[in-house]
Amino acid sequence: MPAINVNPTRQELTRLKTRLKTSIRGHKLLKDKRDELMKQFMDVVRENRALRKKVEEGLMRAHGSFTVASALMSSEMLEQSLLYPKQSVELDMTFQNIMSVNVPVYHFRTKSDDAGEIYPYGFATTSGELDGAVDALSGVFQDMLKLAEIEKTSQLLAEEIEKTRRRVNALEYVKIPQMEEAIKYISMKLDENERSNTIRLMKVKDMLLKEAIEEKREADARAVEAFGGKLEEV
Amino acid sequence: MSNYRIAVLGDKDSVLGFKALGLDVFPAETVEEAKRTLHELAKENYAVVYLTEQHAAGMTAEVARYKDELTPAIILIPGKDGSLGIGMANVKSAVERAVGADIL
Repeated sequence: MPAINVNPTRQELTRLKTRLKTSIRGHKLLKDKRDELMKQFMDVVRENRALRKKVEEGLMRAHGSFTVASALMSSEMLEQSLLYPKQSVELDMTFQNIMSVNVPVYHFRTKSDDAGEIYPYGFATTSGELDGAVDALSGVFQDMLKLAEIEKTSQLLAEEIEKTRRRVNALEYVKIPQMEEAIKYISMKLDENERSNTIRLMKVKDMLLKEAIEEKREADARAVEAFGGKLEEV
Repeated sequence: MSNYRIAVLGDKDSVLGFKALGLDVFPAETVEEAKRTLHELAKENYAVVYLTEQHAAGMTAEVARYKDELTPAIILIPGKDGSLGIGMANVKSAVERAVGADIL
């Protein structure tokens, strides 16, 4: 017998049976959840990969333009021109519920709607390459924000899938077999008790019967003797 | 709905440009400095932190710590020296974590 420690009682059996039923139902639900999460996750991850590639390429281009710009301008000048931004970005975060996982959805808001506001400097003293660099950055920024959203989503989904997968496996390979074993053990034990009870009753009945026969015989013998006869051995 | 902010963390040359877009830029020359800044940013209401891969390479534990939390989302971006492939590797590891094997 494996390491199950249960009382072989009818009450325990009923309790275990209910628990098993719940576990099987839970297992099925969790499995469905895992499958659906996985489906969503695959979509998100595919998008994540594509977007990351795009963002990395875009950023590299922007960095390239910056390098050119910093080669044409002194680093102090460059720093000075970018030091005080006109534009400022605020972020609103709402949540979306994917299979009970809260994932963030970002909406960003720029303080001013004028597209020209991203250039915080006068054009007189800066090189044209800087304009290009800032422009490239602002172009890639939309995608960067989308990437943040998707990457966080995929991380959170991955965590949830891992958790769900563990639960499903624990139920499937540990909990449910254990309970089934315990139920089997209890019902066998109970059957065994029943049988031994029946046997005991039969034995007792046998013994009582034997006693009654003995008594009857003795009474018969006494009666025969009283009449002076002698009972032949049968 | 509350207002969150976006931070960019990395070496000065890589992050300077984001300043023009109106993001909050935190230049950090050393990894130690970046670690400290990251923890401070996490305490404030920064929803997204863009971190250069060059710094992220030296602080994987710190980045992993915020992975399962809702905020901040730490997103790796290539610095001025190019991509180290850590960002892509993270996507891969997320797949491995969820599926158990890299199936893409």
